[in-house]
Amino acid sequence: MNTKLLSPRGWAGVAAALAVLLVLVPVLHLAVPPDSALHLREFHVSLLGKILCYAICALAIDLIWGYAGILSLGHGLFFALGGYAMGMYLMRQIGSDGQYRLPMPDFMVFLNWKEFPWHWAVSDSLVAQALLVVLVPGLLAFVFGYFAFRSRIKGVYFSIITQALTFAAMLLFFRNETGFGGNNGFTDFKRIAGVPLNTPGMRVTLCVLSGVVLVAFFVMSRAIVQSRFGRVLQAIRDAESRVMFSGYDPVRYKLAIWTLSAVMCGVAGALYVPQVGIINPSEMSPAASIEMAIWAAVGGRGTLIGPILGAFFVNGAKSWFTVAFPEFWLYFLGALFIAVTLFLPDGLTGLLRRPGGLLGLLKRKPRP
Amino acid sequence: MTPDLMEAGAKARAAHAARRGAGYGAPVATGAPVFTQGVALYVEDLTVSFDGFKALDALSLTVDVGELRCIIGPNGAGKTTMMDCITGKTRPDAGRLSFGSNVDLRRLTEPQIAQIGIGRKFQKPTVYEPLTVFENLELSLQGARGVRASLFSRLTGAQLDRLGELLELIHLKAEAERAAGLLSHGQKQWLEIGMLLAQDPKLLLLDEPVAGMTDEETERTGELFLSLEGKHSLVVVEHDMKFVEQLTEGRRKVTVLHEGRVLAEGRLAELQNDERVVEVYLGR
Amino acid sequence: MTCLTGLRALLAGLLLGLAAAWCGSAAALTPELAVRIASGDSDARIAALGEAVRAADPALGAFLQALLADEVKVAGGRAFVLRDGKAVEAASGAAATLPEGAEDVVNNNRMRREIEAVLAALALLSSDREARAKAIVELKEQAGERADAGKLALIDKALAAETDAALKDQLAQLRAAALINADDKAQRLAAARELAASGQPATRALLGARLAVETDAEVKVALQSAQDAVQSRLAWGERLGVLFSGISLGSILMLVALGLAVTYGLMGVINMAHGELMMIGAYATYVVQNLFRAWAPGWFDAYVLVAIPVSFLVAALVGAALERSVIRWLYGRPLETLLATWGISLILMQAVRSIFGAQNVAVENPSWLSGGVQVLPNLTLPYNRIAILVFAALVLAGVALLIARTRLGLFVRGVTQNRRMAACVGVNTARVDTYAFALGAGIAGLAGCALSQVGNVGPDLGQGYIVDSFMVVVLGGVGQLAGTVYAGLGLGIVNKLLEGWQGAVLAKIMVLVLIVVFIQKRPQGLFALKGRSAEA
Repeated sequence: MNTKLLSPRGWAGVAAALAVLLVLVPVLHLAVPPDSALHLREFHVSLLGKILCYAICALAIDLIWGYAGILSLGHGLFFALGGYAMGMYLMRQIGSDGQYRLPMPDFMVFLNWKEFPWHWAVSDSLVAQALLVVLVPGLLAFVFGYFAFRSRIKGVYFSIITQALTFAAMLLFFRNETGFGGNNGFTDFKRIAGVPLNTPGMRVTLCVLSGVVLVAFFVMSRAIVQSRFGRVLQAIRDAESRVMFSGYDPVRYKLAIWTLSAVMCGVAGALYVPQVGIINPSEMSPAASIEMAIWAAVGGRGTLIGPILGAFFVNGAKSWFTVAFPEFWLYFLGALFIAVTLFLPDGLTGLLRRPGGLLGLLKRKPRP
Repeated sequence: MTPDLMEAGAKARAAHAARRGAGYGAPVATGAPVFTQGVALYVEDLTVSFDGFKALDALSLTVDVGELRCIIGPNGAGKTTMMDCITGKTRPDAGRLSFGSNVDLRRLTEPQIAQIGIGRKFQKPTVYEPLTVFENLELSLQGARGVRASLFSRLTGAQLDRLGELLELIHLKAEAERAAGLLSHGQKQWLEIGMLLAQDPKLLLLDEPVAGMTDEETERTGELFLSLEGKHSLVVVEHDMKFVEQLTEGRRKVTVLHEGRVLAEGRLAELQNDERVVEVYLGR
Repeated sequence: MTCLTGLRALLAGLLLGLAAAWCGSAAALTPELAVRIASGDSDARIAALGEAVRAADPALGAFLQALLADEVKVAGGRAFVLRDGKAVEAASGAAATLPEGAEDVVNNNRMRREIEAVLAALALLSSDREARAKAIVELKEQAGERADAGKLALIDKALAAETDAALKDQLAQLRAAALINADDKAQRLAAARELAASGQPATRALLGARLAVETDAEVKVALQSAQDAVQSRLAWGERLGVLFSGISLGSILMLVALGLAVTYGLMGVINMAHGELMMIGAYATYVVQNLFRAWAPGWFDAYVLVAIPVSFLVAALVGAALERSVIRWLYGRPLETLLATWGISLILMQAVRSIFGAQNVAVENPSWLSGGVQVLPNLTLPYNRIAILVFAALVLAGVALLIARTRLGLFVRGVTQNRRMAACVGVNTARVDTYAFALGAGIAGLAGCALSQVGNVGPDLGQGYIVDSFMVVVLGGVGQLAGTVYAGLGLGIVNKLLEGWQGAVLAKIMVLVLIVVFIQKRPQGLFALKGRSAEA
């Protein structure tokens, strides 16, 4: 019976990650002078913070896909909703420093609105909006999941319907009337809790915070999958009918992990938005959600650490390609999708663990 | 009033209360099953058709509390379909299904049916392959099935002991930490039996439990089932006549199913002399 | 012209005009009138034109044609028309010599419109029925603008002379439209009642405009009831219009989903690159169009007929290549297939962007697909959409026949229902898989060809349809083509109906929600094969 949360190696890894985040990053960005070779540039701090948020999403996807066998191609929606909730607060924080020098956000002035819509009611309170970051994705996920799992929609049908869900939401958010800035979304943030956003100190703080949240979520996820709950989930993934005969109600378990993963993505979105400085409906596009799935697949689902690595690998590659060979990025990404599904079903972590190494990949037989 | 009269009165009141608790009249969907009538499973006129093909045709049978019943019959007779109906996997088109005298099985979901005490072992051994033998048993252990319980509960000493006992019983103590997917076919069968016992069900449905087992394993399995008789009710579907002989010990009831209906019921010796049974199934 | 001369001309004109009005009958096109029409500022010219209309001199028509053709010159207070290089007097037609310094007559847009309107009005008196009918239509279209008393006289004249009953009705309508803004209440009332019989959208607008400024209560009531009558007549056109749009969209959805129904429904392959196969078909059409334009411009109208098989073949070849290289390794693993084909779609889109550019490319309708047939005054059915309806029906019939009646279809059905058995009886399952997938891809190519005729062609063509086509498959159920047909048509119609009610975005959202709710009740879709579940 394995009740150990993490092996000693695992704890060492966590400690190392925390050390990098809490010590190395701040020092290299803030203390080391800009002309030194060791200096961590602003661009890299932001990039790191962004990828850390993506890694949280990848972790969330692993929980539902790697452990419960639910492939969601619409989790970008929850990420974006969390981002929008934080964005609303940040828009209020701009105060009267916008283009129109009015206490309302620019896009509302542009649309000639005289008062805030109802959903902006608590948008000037960080605590309230932070609650919304958790509640809105969570509630939406709960309701959707309840209906979907109850009607026993599984497999590919479920994935397609999550695509449809995020597509519909994206269309909704593109409209100006919905009150979220239309296709421009929110941008031009100035402050958070009164503190200016675009300073090195705040940048590092947000980056480190994203990392710490990722580590915390990782440890929490580990605890979940090590518990009986995690084992029931895996049983549901592999033999759902059998699990019912053991007396477990799969709907409740799926719903629980589904809602949790949505909340994790929402939190990731809320951390992401102040770092990139913009949120718009393209974050909800079906393509964005499908990319999340590939991070988990590339890294190796069902391992928790794999998807985190996958997120770093793919987004790192994206960052490099879009600077060096922008036209080839989509070729690379497409090829990655194909390669991972054909040759690397266990992702990079599987590759690293495989006894035969890379040669084992080449043995594939088509169906007769 | 004398003490003995008072005592008698109290007993009568208690009996009356128990009978009332049994729910005379329409069976209720939920609630603990009541076995005061002595019946564990009550199947009446059960009918199931798939696209015009009648898998079950007004099937009726009764299993008593603590009974060990064997069900035999040719393929397509409806044995597995009947079990599917009892466990809630298939909804019958007509007929009644009652667990104890009060629980209407048609109104419950599969997890609910498992939770009120009906356990099933499948034809093909279905264990949770990526989990270890121990974890398979742990999952099946009788207890709270909710999300919160599974997240936060820890195994108690008593539960650990029980798991140890089961491991001993199914002869898999040495393989406790091995992934279930790596077990041999016979071992998987035993594991599944162990999982069934861990659930501590009042009614066990066993679908060809010794398929693919060696003679020795088969005999051991038979002894295990016989030891369960009385405390649990068992329904065993089998093709292995030697095993059926071992289980019935010449005296227990055997039911023969054919084309979705009960063809004959009685002691194995009688059935072996029954023309219809011989023609349909047993052969000369 | 000096001010004084102008004034004198104006006075003369007025006198003449008055004289003409007094006479109330045809006064010929006088030289003075001709000059006033040909020169001066627009308002004066138009006023002169109005007078001339009352005169309704046939010579006027010729003069106005000449004006439009820029054959009129003005010099020394007289107007000349250049005919065959020789100058003639504008009004009389007598030969004349063109004075030195003759100025060209310039007509601005407004002037042109006025001249055209008058020509149309004059055509009302033409002896040719076709010309008269055409004139009525033209004038009706301008009815909403100013109701011209000048034209009124002409209309009355035409009405009196008209013998054809249908045209007479239309003329009456025209007269009423002209009179709706008259000062006389009785005339307005009569006009309102007359207009109630109309079925034109322009009439509705006209009535509405008048209603907004009308002060007299009685006339107001008449106007309102007239508008209601016209509206109910128009409503039919609008309803049918929505229905046609719905069927058109439905036929497109069905065509798009048909290929998917073959690959997913029969083979269980989730192909996220389906949209890109459509895009390839559309681009193939584009290339064929360009080839025709470059090498056989005289045969341009036939390019679509060549593009149809070409787009089928190109898409089918690409599909076959995909099946052989990627998809065959992923049978039985639908989630992996979904991801792998998504990767393929990214690559295909980027490849097309690299070859053809990221912008949309222009695909023109051939002449026989341009325009439409006008069924009702407010309902024109475009030819290209009708053609696509027919095309979709033909493709559907073709595919159904192929699957049900041919050996290939039999093999496909056999392989998809029981691969092992099919292999056992000697069917080359690998080859059948490739053919089946290529068929689905080819149909996607045909859908792309069709789409190129009604919409934009760009690298993102497929993306807009992928969610919709999967919804059709989910709704229709797998295993049978009937589900795809009904689901496709149904979704198209429902989409358009909701669009008319709530706008495009909300309509789409509502449709998606409806599908999700429907799937709750019936997870296997509309027409699933019995025994199959909603699981892949």
